[in-house]
Amino acid sequence: MAKVLVVTSGKGGVGKTTSTAALGAALAQAGQKVAVVDFDVGLRNLDLVMGAERRVVFDLINVVQGVAKLSQALIRDKRLETLWLLPASQTRDKDALTEHGVAIIIKELRARFDWVICDSPAGIERGATLAMRFADAAVIVTNPEVSSVRDSDRIIGLLDSKTEKAEKGQRIEKHILITRHDAQRAARGEMLSIEDVLDILSTPLLGIIPESEEVLRASNVGSPVTLSNPASAPARAYLNAASRLMGEMVPMTIPSERKGLFDKLFGRRRAA
Amino acid sequence: MLGTCGIGQLVEALGGRGIRIIGLEGVEADQLGPSLPPLLKGGRPASGSETAALAASDQANGASAAGAPQRPEPSSLLIESPIRSGQSVIFPYGDVTVLGSVSSGAEVVAGGSIHIYGALRGRAMAGSMGNARARIFCSKNEAELISIDGYYRTSEEMDATLRTRPAQCWLDDRVLLIAALD
Repeated sequence: MAKVLVVTSGKGGVGKTTSTAALGAALAQAGQKVAVVDFDVGLRNLDLVMGAERRVVFDLINVVQGVAKLSQALIRDKRLETLWLLPASQTRDKDALTEHGVAIIIKELRARFDWVICDSPAGIERGATLAMRFADAAVIVTNPEVSSVRDSDRIIGLLDSKTEKAEKGQRIEKHILITRHDAQRAARGEMLSIEDVLDILSTPLLGIIPESEEVLRASNVGSPVTLSNPASAPARAYLNAASRLMGEMVPMTIPSERKGLFDKLFGRRRAA
Repeated sequence: MLGTCGIGQLVEALGGRGIRIIGLEGVEADQLGPSLPPLLKGGRPASGSETAALAASDQANGASAAGAPQRPEPSSLLIESPIRSGQSVIFPYGDVTVLGSVSSGAEVVAGGSIHIYGALRGRAMAGSMGNARARIFCSKNEAELISIDGYYRTSEEMDATLRTRPAQCWLDDRVLLIAALD
């Protein structure tokens, strides 16, 4: 039975697209058939992060309007054969999306894939509400700082009211993914602690992704961070998060960069 | 004094001139029918308004007992999940109880008292229909704004020692008082 997952946040720039690509690649590496869908019409980024920007012919809007078939728009990843991308349009904007069109596409994707991951745009307008409309589960990406946490809280409220499942009285599975966590700044009290974030959001934690230069390097070469450098700290954290999505029990840790001496000095921090 | 018929005709006549009436004040609640605008309160009650407010709510509830009783029962609302940022709970008919936190950017507006078994990080406005005896209770006070019967205080004006503690707020002769409960 296919699972439709929406990666959303409310706040912009927290790591939705990075996380969509990383989780999608991690699930595909585990043998699952995964489609990642970019809902950010007009400001598409998922194709860049996936390294497919030179192969985009048809996009989500073309399929919604019936100009192209889904199989013509889907782009297969060159590195993982079970990972596919449905890019957004760059020339149009969110008004071109219709609920009916999106419903048909999601239904078709459900039939062909194990996981359909929807990369939501920032905000609470049409693009974001359509990305979450048909979701079974949600990953809410949050930075451990006050504005991101408040926006995530807003989005959680919308997930409980504007999705098809919520309207039918069913619960959407929600998970918090904390990104750009900086252990040193958290220790100095400059960032919100994990406990504070979870206390405010009252939603289970999926994973903690540490701040790392690897993320920028990966997007510059057009690769999800779990593929470009699987041994790096964020990649290991994403792989753990993907395992938890598949139902495995993985103890919650914040992977740190393997720097030898530094690692011995600061040790590993266990988060609840 | 206009009767229900007269009020209806006035509203209609004004509507025909492009003026839409959104609320009526200073009438008895039982003079208002379902097709007329609701009874609204300006926030500063006239004497005897409490009965009028309760009667109005009873009528809005659909007056379950045939032959509306003189003292309608107050009702209460129970919410068993946290109230998220941007959500608004408005319940003019009585008390509101929340089993969870009220997030920053959320608001609870009640005709009666407000009881929050969690952290209050947003706004709580009790006694919204002119009930000066309403109170606000919370397990953790981090409120942005509290108000009882129109008298309000923002978090900036609140004593810092009362934050992050269980607290109750009430109105004493038009002065808003907050005290810790621990």
